[in-house]
Amino acid sequence: MGFEKFLFYVLSLITVWSSVMVITRKNPVHSVLFLVLAFVASAALWVLLEAEFLGIVLILVYVGAVMVLFLFVVMMLDVDIATLRAGFIGYLPLGLLIAAVMAVEIFLIVGPANFGLAAFPSPEPAGVDASNTRDLGLLLYTVYVYPVEIAAVILLVAIVAAIRLTLRRRPDNKYVDPARQVRVRKGPDRVRLVSMATEDLAPAPAGATIADKGESQ
Amino acid sequence: MPFDAAQLLPILPEITILVTASLVLLVDLYLDDQQKDLNHSLTLVGILIAIALTGAVGGGEARVFFDGNLVRDALSDLLKGSILVVSLLAFVYARPWLRDRGMLVGEFYVLGLFAVLGMLIMVSANSFLTLYLGLELQALTLYALVAFDRDSRKGAEAGMKYFVLGALGSGMLLYGISMIYGATGSIEFGPVAAAVAEQEISNKVLVFGIVFLVIGIGFKFGAVPFHMWVPDIYEGAPTPAVLILGSAPKIAAFALAIRMLVDGLESLHTDWQGMLVILAVLSMGLGNLVAIAQSNIKRMLAYSTISHVGFIFLGLLSGSQQGYASAMFYTIVYAVMSAGAFGILLILGRKGFDAERLEDLKGLNDRDSWYAAMMALIMFSMAGVPPTVGFMAKLLVLESVIRIDMVWLALVAVFFSIIGAFYYLRVVKFIYFDKPAEDAPALLTTGGVRFAMSVNGLALLVLGLFPAALLSLCQAAFA
Repeated sequence: MGFEKFLFYVLSLITVWSSVMVITRKNPVHSVLFLVLAFVASAALWVLLEAEFLGIVLILVYVGAVMVLFLFVVMMLDVDIATLRAGFIGYLPLGLLIAAVMAVEIFLIVGPANFGLAAFPSPEPAGVDASNTRDLGLLLYTVYVYPVEIAAVILLVAIVAAIRLTLRRRPDNKYVDPARQVRVRKGPDRVRLVSMATEDLAPAPAGATIADKGESQ
Repeated sequence: MPFDAAQLLPILPEITILVTASLVLLVDLYLDDQQKDLNHSLTLVGILIAIALTGAVGGGEARVFFDGNLVRDALSDLLKGSILVVSLLAFVYARPWLRDRGMLVGEFYVLGLFAVLGMLIMVSANSFLTLYLGLELQALTLYALVAFDRDSRKGAEAGMKYFVLGALGSGMLLYGISMIYGATGSIEFGPVAAAVAEQEISNKVLVFGIVFLVIGIGFKFGAVPFHMWVPDIYEGAPTPAVLILGSAPKIAAFALAIRMLVDGLESLHTDWQGMLVILAVLSMGLGNLVAIAQSNIKRMLAYSTISHVGFIFLGLLSGSQQGYASAMFYTIVYAVMSAGAFGILLILGRKGFDAERLEDLKGLNDRDSWYAAMMALIMFSMAGVPPTVGFMAKLLVLESVIRIDMVWLALVAVFFSIIGAFYYLRVVKFIYFDKPAEDAPALLTTGGVRFAMSVNGLALLVLGLFPAALLSLCQAAFA
């Protein structure tokens, strides 16, 4: 228990610290990297709670896919931090006051008085052959099949909405149609032989052209 | 565990809407620009089938399906039916506007249908999880619909505002749900209610959670002091989006409040009653006072929404079956009135022109006396003038407040409702006693729109004269 407790506090501190760093960094790339750190630390916390599957999925999906994508977007966009932060100082006192009040309230409620070990004793550790993945899968596709289907519809809506809001057809775009490209036949489509009458041009002496080029450069 | 196909019966309306949306999504790919009306027809047919199925699978005892994730009871039947009917009206009104502006594309119908699907899921949810997922489905589609006109800066700004504030509201709601879950150990409404009734767990955690739930409900309803998004979104969004956003989602928000506060946490009624009193008084006061100062009719209707939300809360906070029924009656009636009001604004618009200022309504009677009469009916109903149904709705919620001996609250409500009558009647004055602008052309509308608007307007009158049918349905839902 002792070492687990120690691990818990270390990981929680990393999570909280990196979360603070996310919202205070000037450089958005740094913010994203700190967010990655926060996710990794929370994944470790989940593993500590014996939710291995969730921990691994958090790393694979969030860190591996979502945050990398996010990093690309942040690097592509030219975000003007100065205008974003305009008025920040003006709202800061009010924000801090509300945050402080909320923090005290949450601490009083979600403290040991209501959620202590007396009310919620720590559960028995899971057996060696307990499988997170299997349990989750069984629950998701039996008891929670209706919510899972709704979540699927939400993802479909996300696709439709994103495409509607961003996809524009640009008629002046110069693009290559891959379908036409692969349909090219080997013979006549690729090379066109043109018969031309020979043109009578007097060949210039080879040495002269090189000398001309040399002068012009 | 074998899957019982009979579980699919109560969600047949939802399945129909989902299939229709997917069908429109696919069919739209193969349609030329001239054939886009097929999307419209498909959508209307789908909604009509869903209405029929709601009636077919409805009725009977309340039953829980999908391991406690879904419930089918009298409340869900009635709310589903009214959401579908109001959405049907909205789609009919929206088509000419969209066609004039080259926005009659399949995505509008797909997104609109998914919003309807989200609302249907919300009203029949039996656990916090299903409720939240339905809410998110509805909210996501509405964000996209608000920003639907992607070349409009105002629309994009409104969409962004709605997205950020909506996400904040959802976050609050989720935090409250996590507190309730922490205290009761369940996300299903039945077990939550049982755990709360036992009173073994600390009351403080539950009240803390309820605070966040009420904040979330306030955000979704647009109640003061969580109303900041309402006027800006109503003004910035394209009118068809406002029509969809301002009518049926109020019914879904009502279901959100009823399911969470009444189904799950009714034994803590004394705790959430006080919070709703504050929201109700502030909403009625600010909504009605600020609406007077508006010159933009969409903003005026936004503040009018806020004030109506205050009245809906009056019925909710009374905590009696009669109160819930009256709030439900009020919500359904409000959704119908709101659909009609924005429908008239759509009818007034034409290519390159949107009816946005109050002056745009001037002389509507000279331009088209039937629409003028319908708009007057809607405004009288919103103001609560007998014999329209708005009067009945206000009377019922006031009665429920007086029954729990909060006469001062009823007096406050009456006072602000008299102030509110001013700006509704001002619209009627513009319609009947002012000359139309010189360049105002005759109103050109299709027969379908005229039929839908006539049904909509006359329904307010008929329901006002014979409220017993709808009212008994509402009371049966809470019996």
